[in-house]
Amino acid sequence: MLCHIVKTARYLTEIKKEINNRHGYVFHCFNGYSCPVLNYLMKRLAGMIPLLLGITIISFGIMHLAPGEPVVTGQEFNPKVSSQDIERLRAYYGLDKPLYEQYWNWLNRLAVLDFGQSFSADGRSVLDKISERIPVTLWVNVLAMLVIIALAIPIGIASAVRRDSWFDKGMTIFVFIGFAIPSFWLGLLLMISLGANLQWLPISGLHDYSWQQLGFWQQQIDLLQHLVLPVFISAIGGLAGMSRFMRTGMLDVIRSDYITTARAMGVPEGTIRYRLALKNALLPIITLLGLSIPGLIGGSVIVEQLFSLPGMGLLFFEAVMSRDYPLVMGITVIGAVLTLLGNLIADLSYAWADPRIRHGAGS
Amino acid sequence: MIAFARARPLMFVGGLIVGIVTALALFAPWIAPYDPSEINVKVILMPPSWEHWCGTDTLGRDIFSRMLFGARISLAVGFVAVGISLLIGLMLGAVAGYNGGRIDGMVMRMTDMVLCFPTFFLILAVIAFLEPSIWNIMIIIGLTSWMGVARLVRAEFLSLRHREFVMAAQSLGVSSIRMMWRYLLPNAMGPILVSAVLGIAGAVLVESGLSFLGLGVQPPTPSWGNILIEGKDNIEIAWWVSMFPGLAILITVLGYNLLGEGLRDYFDPKLER
Repeated sequence: MLCHIVKTARYLTEIKKEINNRHGYVFHCFNGYSCPVLNYLMKRLAGMIPLLLGITIISFGIMHLAPGEPVVTGQEFNPKVSSQDIERLRAYYGLDKPLYEQYWNWLNRLAVLDFGQSFSADGRSVLDKISERIPVTLWVNVLAMLVIIALAIPIGIASAVRRDSWFDKGMTIFVFIGFAIPSFWLGLLLMISLGANLQWLPISGLHDYSWQQLGFWQQQIDLLQHLVLPVFISAIGGLAGMSRFMRTGMLDVIRSDYITTARAMGVPEGTIRYRLALKNALLPIITLLGLSIPGLIGGSVIVEQLFSLPGMGLLFFEAVMSRDYPLVMGITVIGAVLTLLGNLIADLSYAWADPRIRHGAGS
Repeated sequence: MIAFARARPLMFVGGLIVGIVTALALFAPWIAPYDPSEINVKVILMPPSWEHWCGTDTLGRDIFSRMLFGARISLAVGFVAVGISLLIGLMLGAVAGYNGGRIDGMVMRMTDMVLCFPTFFLILAVIAFLEPSIWNIMIIIGLTSWMGVARLVRAEFLSLRHREFVMAAQSLGVSSIRMMWRYLLPNAMGPILVSAVLGIAGAVLVESGLSFLGLGVQPPTPSWGNILIEGKDNIEIAWWVSMFPGLAILITVLGYNLLGEGLRDYFDPKLER
């Protein structure tokens, strides 16, 4: 599901264009203002508002224009439910009003962070439901991101440095398979082999049955064991993409003029690789990480469904299947905000890491 | 042939895989040893054997035959979805790149917006609210995957539009539409083809992901995704039901990716080498 990485990551030229697209206007904004970072931040945050509006309008429209209504579905043939009852229910949930009015009301409540109540039988507030589920999704994705960074960068560097060696060839094969493998299928196979047959790892949920009886540290270890497979499955696509990308980036830098100059001046190879080349090769990785966020969040539906993890992705799936409008809208908004914030952080760290942008020199 | 395989191994292997899979899909009715929907209670969940190369499922249907027909569905989803995304991407990218300025800014803003959105959520919602028919799946995958093509076409057009041959054609009074179609598009064909080939691979994967959630192409119509998922519940006693469709997806997507890579090297040799 990491199609964003797959599509964008492979080629340095594309990423460079991407970076220019994103940072082209940073240069201007850093000139002539007393507090450029804050100013940039405000600008970006303000820019998110129309984006979010667009996303909510699209989601709201699709949801309400689709045939079938949550209150009505399943009740048409129930003799105990009269048509007046249905009308009362629709009025209770505000479904009898025209669409634009419903949207406007929803938006007004959103402005004060009121996401409304879930349509499900427990009728709890959407915000409660999401906030109890969100840590799982965040943990899995953050850990997956860390795994990607921790493994892909060394693999990419090693492949680039020992180009065309057996290691490099093996990694290239791994990368192509990593791109092509359906992640849930791999997850299924691992669950069966490592989990059910060998009994090395737990295969579903977050906790063992005996969770309550365990001591604090045992609980943490148990939790980690339950997270191994989900994190690995979330990370596999990104891992392949990122290590490929790191390799290309590193090769690109090693071939540039300043490295040739350093070699000619007799700088030791180790210094060239790890002090001069690495820094520049790492820069685009930041942008790439930002771009991979939507893929990770989208992919969490599949990973959480596969491993029965009580996270936001699974909640979204359940909400969609039961047509829980307020919950679907709530998760959509939160998912979009998370993505946008992730991108913003990526852009800020890029600006922080690249002195040319930090000092407003421009390219 | 051998010289070509040596010179362009990626394109050769990728092309070979794609060719074989496409041929298997096209000639499925003639190759398939059994009727894909023929239920036979005598051979429920048989392991792979000479009679049933990939075994049978819970209804005694031959998995190899189902996979051959599933290939048609999975590939059709890939092709049509990519067709739709090409159409949208080409139009938006062409308009943005050819005109530049404000229109360009607006179109690209919109593209960035969709790129930031967790599109899998959107696909899921649409498929669940409408119905998971094959057409809906094709259309929604197409509608959410045009961004790459749009940016690509825009970048190509932007760099092409000030070239001399374009100026020459302009001064001869060629209309904008004809200009884009006849002079600009052929020059941008290489990268577009590459992204289309990679797009097919992506769409096949998305369909299988949807099937996993029960929102893909619906049984009894076989697709690789839904055959795989039907085997999920019995995977401990009958691994073959899920194994072979998964392998088919893996190999096919790998083939398209290799072909895409090979084509990219071919059109732009200065990359990588």
